[in-house]
Amino acid sequence: MPKPHLALLGALLVAFGISHFSGAIDPYHLDVLTGVGINVLLAVSLNLVNGFTGQFSLGHAGFMSVGAYLSAAVSLFLAPQLFGDLTSAGALQQGLAFLLALFVGGLCAALAGLVVGVPSLRLRGDYLALVTLGFGEIIRVTFQNVPSLGGALGLHGIPAFTSIFWVLASVAIAIFVVTCLVHSTYGRGFLATRDDEIASAAVGLNTTRYKIVAFVVAAFFAGIAGGLYGHFKQSITPTAFDFAKSIEIVVMVILGGMGNTVGVIIAAILLTLLPELLRPIAEYRMIIYSLLLILLMILRPQGLLNIRGLSPRKHPS
Amino acid sequence: MSEFLQQLLNGLSLGAIYALIALGYTMVYGVLRFINFAHADVFMVGAFIGYYMGRIVPEGTIWGGTIALAVAMLGCALLGILIERFAYRPLRGAATLNVLITAIGVSLLLEYTGQVFFGAAPRVFPPLFPAKMFNLGGLVISTNQLLVIFVATLLMVALQFIVQKTKIGTAMRAVSLNPKAAQLVGVNIDVVISFTFGLGSALAAAGGILYALNYPSIDPLMGVMPGLKAFVAAILGGIGNIPGAALGGLLLGTVETFVGGSRFSTYKDAIAFAILIIILLFRPAGLLGRFTVEKV
Repeated sequence: MPKPHLALLGALLVAFGISHFSGAIDPYHLDVLTGVGINVLLAVSLNLVNGFTGQFSLGHAGFMSVGAYLSAAVSLFLAPQLFGDLTSAGALQQGLAFLLALFVGGLCAALAGLVVGVPSLRLRGDYLALVTLGFGEIIRVTFQNVPSLGGALGLHGIPAFTSIFWVLASVAIAIFVVTCLVHSTYGRGFLATRDDEIASAAVGLNTTRYKIVAFVVAAFFAGIAGGLYGHFKQSITPTAFDFAKSIEIVVMVILGGMGNTVGVIIAAILLTLLPELLRPIAEYRMIIYSLLLILLMILRPQGLLNIRGLSPRKHPS
Repeated sequence: MSEFLQQLLNGLSLGAIYALIALGYTMVYGVLRFINFAHADVFMVGAFIGYYMGRIVPEGTIWGGTIALAVAMLGCALLGILIERFAYRPLRGAATLNVLITAIGVSLLLEYTGQVFFGAAPRVFPPLFPAKMFNLGGLVISTNQLLVIFVATLLMVALQFIVQKTKIGTAMRAVSLNPKAAQLVGVNIDVVISFTFGLGSALAAAGGILYALNYPSIDPLMGVMPGLKAFVAAILGGIGNIPGAALGGLLLGTVETFVGGSRFSTYKDAIAFAILIIILLFRPAGLLGRFTVEKV
């Protein structure tokens, strides 16, 4: 992309434009669009870890839950003290409160990413996948056991701040940050770490640090996605962020072709729409989904939409 | 003291089931180097075969239960071989990640097919074997718990015999050590891998039935948590290491039961993963595994 800043500005304007006409859009379509946007945000951020840096994380839903819970807590408990009663407050105050909530959620998720990433990124491949899965489950069980955050029942009555503007704007910023990061001089290190970790380390790249940076940035955007999700559904329960959700995001990244942002976005859109489209045959839709997954892996292992093809590292056995 | 012994017994019988499932994970990892996520759902299918067999064979008799167990083991062995043939074999030699995702796909396929065929609602598992409780000096022992430990021990001894003493077992170890070299000396890799899947899946089926006898409510998603924990057990013992998987299973089952009996009981599901993380950070090769340095 030649002028990323202009593209970002354009995207933000488009987001603003669409949100201006959101009254004219069918509420069902608007809901689906919001869901698509949140999934795109998750997939694009996970792509930084799984796609560009080549580390297999299976705990993205855990970071999403950190963002969802913390931002919901800010909106429910902290914001009323700062801005007064939010339901009667003006749009500006609501916007500020939401921005604060999202930021706190994102930063806490990033912090969780750091805490999880520093020890676990020493591991590779399957082991890393399992440890991130384990951390994701531990985060979920912990939330289930914190009474002030609703315990197993979850949090309810979160203000419905999420609008299509917030979703589209967050997606645009996430794509901008990930793209610019990977295409920067510094960011080439992510790709080098993925392509050959030993060679990268040999030429003096701090591969561990790259992995942690990727992990933290991805966790930040997962936290934002969680915040958007919480303020969209207005209630969150720990079970919404289980292992199955993490897998769903990973599948989007893999089908899109790892490390291919456009492909990942398209895959996230398709995979979110697919269950909606298959609704008439609701009983069988998940069977079809899983069969498609197996067939795609066998027939197009490089991802559905990856034309260039990612060179998978062949491990000498 | 009697409470301690009680928990220990409960823990060992849960651990024996984890060990049976863990053996399947560890054997597949040994020959193919990937996590067979679908293994947990083969465990579920085993329990369901036992459920339907429970309608055919007379309830509460030893021979009826044995027949149900044998049919479930055979059925799941076949299922495991079919899964390997149609989902994993086309991906032999592909990147680990693709195989992992395929395994997740197979796992989802089994779960959702199960939900369509068996229904999503939990069902009550029939008492296949004669069940009695008896009291031994304050210790409540159910025959089902003893059955679990007995059957699990029997199967593990049988497995150890197959792997160590038979020709196919030797071939399995050879493939696990070095697939290419094994092929060069005339081992038919496809047969060995099929056999490994069959063997592992049969053990999972036995685990499924034993689990359902002790926790008699089965549903298509019942395999997810025991499956994950059994995998943790396999890593705990050193993945690819058969005695390690048995040890890891017993250890994990015991620890989990003790935590479940303490005041941290709500954290029961997290404890397995906490153990996993600690083990991987301090002893990445597991308790009985050998650490190998990656060569360039």
